[in-house]
Amino acid sequence: MARMVTTRRKVISTAAAWLVGFLIFFPILWMVLASFKTELEAFAIPPSFLFFHWTTENYVTVQERSDYFHHALNSIIIAGGSTLIAMLIAIPAAWSMAFSPTKRTKDILLWMLSTKMMPPVGVLVPIYLIFRTVGLLDTRTGLVFILCLGNLPIVIWMLFTYFKEIPKDILEAARMDGATIGRELIYVLTPMAVPGLASTMLLNLILAWNEAFWTLNLSTLEAAPLTVFIASYSSPEGLFWAKLSAASTLAIAPILVLGWFS
Amino acid sequence: MKNVLCAVAGAAALLISAPSIAQTTLTVATVNNGDMIRMQGLTSEFTAKNPDITVKWVTLEENVLRQRVTTDIATKGGQFDVLTIGTYEVPIWAKKNWLVPLDKLGADYDVNDLLPKIRDAVSVDGKLYAAPFYGESSMVMYRTDLFDKAGLKMPDSPTWDFVVDAAKKLTDKSAGVYGICLRGKAGWGENMAFLTAMANSFGARWFDEKWEPQFNSPEWKKTLTTYVDLMKQAGPPGASSNGFNENLALFNAGKCAMWIDATVAASFVTNPAQSTVAGKVGFALAPNTGLGKNANWLWAWSLAIPAGSKKVDAAEKFIAWATSKDYSKLVASKEGWSNVPPGTRTSLYQNPEYLKAAPFAKMTLASIDAADPSHPTVKPVPYVGVQYAAIPEFQGIGTAVGQQFSAALSGSTTVDAALSAAQSATEREMKRAGYIK
Repeated sequence: MARMVTTRRKVISTAAAWLVGFLIFFPILWMVLASFKTELEAFAIPPSFLFFHWTTENYVTVQERSDYFHHALNSIIIAGGSTLIAMLIAIPAAWSMAFSPTKRTKDILLWMLSTKMMPPVGVLVPIYLIFRTVGLLDTRTGLVFILCLGNLPIVIWMLFTYFKEIPKDILEAARMDGATIGRELIYVLTPMAVPGLASTMLLNLILAWNEAFWTLNLSTLEAAPLTVFIASYSSPEGLFWAKLSAASTLAIAPILVLGWFS
Repeated sequence: MKNVLCAVAGAAALLISAPSIAQTTLTVATVNNGDMIRMQGLTSEFTAKNPDITVKWVTLEENVLRQRVTTDIATKGGQFDVLTIGTYEVPIWAKKNWLVPLDKLGADYDVNDLLPKIRDAVSVDGKLYAAPFYGESSMVMYRTDLFDKAGLKMPDSPTWDFVVDAAKKLTDKSAGVYGICLRGKAGWGENMAFLTAMANSFGARWFDEKWEPQFNSPEWKKTLTTYVDLMKQAGPPGASSNGFNENLALFNAGKCAMWIDATVAASFVTNPAQSTVAGKVGFALAPNTGLGKNANWLWAWSLAIPAGSKKVDAAEKFIAWATSKDYSKLVASKEGWSNVPPGTRTSLYQNPEYLKAAPFAKMTLASIDAADPSHPTVKPVPYVGVQYAAIPEFQGIGTAVGQQFSAALSGSTTVDAALSAAQSATEREMKRAGYIK
């Protein structure tokens, strides 16, 4: 009898989980469906869910009008590059804060977080002027730099909380065996923190991938990532919904796949 | 670790590789709309004639573009060689010396062929600072079949009383048909474009001659009361979030008996590939109240060259090509006359082939002619612009006021409260900017 209840509860909770999952996923599904509609069907009232004239013409148009692979490559380089550099800076920073904190560590952590509270548009003009002077406008290097700086506070905070969970004793044991700081970091700390590192990296990658303020304002052509690609299909006057959906589907596809397999 | 180092080195190598430029490359910043996309497709015709020029396009949604281009020109970033800007920016930017006057467009450009109202809107002190690529006004689009059924006849120049009355009669909520669809989404280029133009026809104005905001005037109260009452009785549900695209979708699906919006919409609502009501649409001038002003706006997307550009000659050559009479002929030969960018040249409206292909052409021209950016409303004003005041502060103020009016439409505030909030917000900003004390 007890087993039957368990099965029933399992079925109910599984169904509920699927329902919630489906609800959260629905906007993305709707976008993917819209990308296979004609412009006329994409805004039809009432909308048709599955029974419409399926077409891939939007993808053809999008590819003809803009170079998806150029934008995708830029996104991969900018998001990947800024994530890697952020991790290289954040791991030692979080390590020192977690394992040898000083009186001011808490203040520094809070100060770092406070930099995220300023709206980026407040510093747009100074940053734009600096970028113009040093020739970083419309370069991938410039975008890697600014996104890396922008995400560092979050990355350090996340790693700091993961590192805090690791018992100090293990690191001390390694030190007793004569491990240097570098070896301690690479052979002892990193393997233990792999799940934390992986989720931090993925989060940072997604944040950098979706970042749409700096990437839109500091790039023109050469360094323009997928956010610019999407912005070129949005329009307040004119119907571009199906094409916009196709562009958005293409833009999120790589990160979606990466998220599923990691 | 070795792998990580390799990956970092690889990423660094990719970052350093910079693009190389051989000849004159023009970077054109533009908005995403059908006419601009068509121009991108036809660029090869220009480069074939000018092999030393390469054209690259940056297409962006118009609000993103505005922010991007404004940042660049204000900081002299030099990222763009040709800018697509509207009639709002041209007078402001020209006065700041941010734009190159276009006086070398060539002998066969025929500046005098530009529609006078549009030409005025992109000129300052008689000098052309941007070349209009397409122009628009706003007008009433209505369903001839529904009007016939109700025994109503739309005059060419209706009054607001007629429009309000007809909208109420044509509303059939059980059948999902609403008498009128109007913009409600907040924004200086969204609901405020419509409401400012509507207010002009009621004799209201944004500022008096001394830059004092006028939202406490009876004219504004009448405008907003008429709008809110009309939309409550005869408008679609959720109208406070409707912009151009939402209303276009509603109209094309047969849900609106009337729609007052941009004249460019006419080519969408009469296109059978997009619209379920294509053959049943009539056009009329935007409504008035008998004070001599109609509720229509004036806008032109235009091409301009940022001051300090090192590629002025090539840029001017491109602009002359893109806004010429020959360009219209090129579009007509490739995609038909109905796809020619409207609203910029007199000759287009004298072309019988165009008039045949575009049933809305006459009303578009009449609407553009009826707008006057220098004298937008009944009383004198210190600003230029029909549905906006061409001062840098307007974007912020217009959007703040738009939010109040959108709230009045949705019912979360009253007309009086919205007007007094608009008045105090505008007064504060105008004081801060030094227009008034």
